[in-house]
Amino acid sequence: MISRRAFAAYLAGGAAVASALLLPGWWQISGPGAAPPLPRLPLPLGEMSFSMQDHTGAEVSPQGLVGKPSLVFFGYTFCPDVCPTTLSDISTWLSGLGADAARLNAVFITVDPGRDTLPAMAQYMQHFHPAISGWRGSLAETDKAVAGFRASYTLGEGAEGEGADYAVEHTSSVFLFKADGRLAALIDLHEDRAQAVAKIQRVLQR
Amino acid sequence: MKHIPFALALFAAFPAPLAADQQNIIAERVWSRASMGENRPGVAYMELHNTGSGTRTLTGVETGRAAMAQIHQTSTSASGVSQMAPAGDIDILPGTRIALEPGGLHIMLMQLDRPLAEGEYYHLTLIFKNGDNVEIRVPVLAASARGPGQ
Repeated sequence: MISRRAFAAYLAGGAAVASALLLPGWWQISGPGAAPPLPRLPLPLGEMSFSMQDHTGAEVSPQGLVGKPSLVFFGYTFCPDVCPTTLSDISTWLSGLGADAARLNAVFITVDPGRDTLPAMAQYMQHFHPAISGWRGSLAETDKAVAGFRASYTLGEGAEGEGADYAVEHTSSVFLFKADGRLAALIDLHEDRAQAVAKIQRVLQR
Repeated sequence: MKHIPFALALFAAFPAPLAADQQNIIAERVWSRASMGENRPGVAYMELHNTGSGTRTLTGVETGRAAMAQIHQTSTSASGVSQMAPAGDIDILPGTRIALEPGGLHIMLMQLDRPLAEGEYYHLTLIFKNGDNVEIRVPVLAASARGPGQ
């Protein structure tokens, strides 16, 4: 027993020494002292691979967006706060652009195809700027889209249940792509309107 | 056109006795979005101003319209991922105000009895730790509304 206790003490001591040696390294490399990781950039739209339907039932793909600048973002129609706010922001930007809005694609992709059926998407999109297209695909296609954008989503607790009441955690930045399909900028949730419209106008001027 | 009914709604929403209770919590810029379908959650936003001399702690909310009502906080990570979580108790220090606004704190209404319809009102009770609850009347704006004036 004594030797086992001594061995345990020895182990604990060794662990303490190892932590003392490793902690500063951890602090700088992956701890709070580290620079925040740079988000990985999405692939160019032309190199992404997924197929979905828009809220009118038409077949759509990321390649179809190339040729015009595009605003794309992820969300779900059961989202009470962030998604209607973002859709309403994009509606305001598009209205602010006037006739120039026609030179732009605007796409909302659902990360909750289980609840967001095509009729649900069609009903939801009526409330926002008519130029915004609502895309929905199978779970597999949704995952391919999310991977191409280097975005992420996680279905909340209860998502397995019937008629479930769950939230979805998801990338909320709006992706702004140039006409050639390469990323121009990200527009974050709390960015002000003037800044967002300026970013869009810069891409439209190219 | 939506501005005029809303201006009227503001007057209707804040008759003096409802807006300022004895404990000096004033709810301003109160609004809610129309919800869609039978089971999508609703949301309500407002500013709460503590004009009294003591800290007030908001612990929850209740409404006859929703089986479950909670105060949630949306937070967005450095990598741009947003999530919602219950906000817990919220202290409002004397002389300060807290904003429940899009992309931040908000009241989430789950299991609504029926969808919140644009143009209607409902009552919401703000529950405070000292037991002095505040009843407010919430106007329902368009599903695309972005703030109390839109």
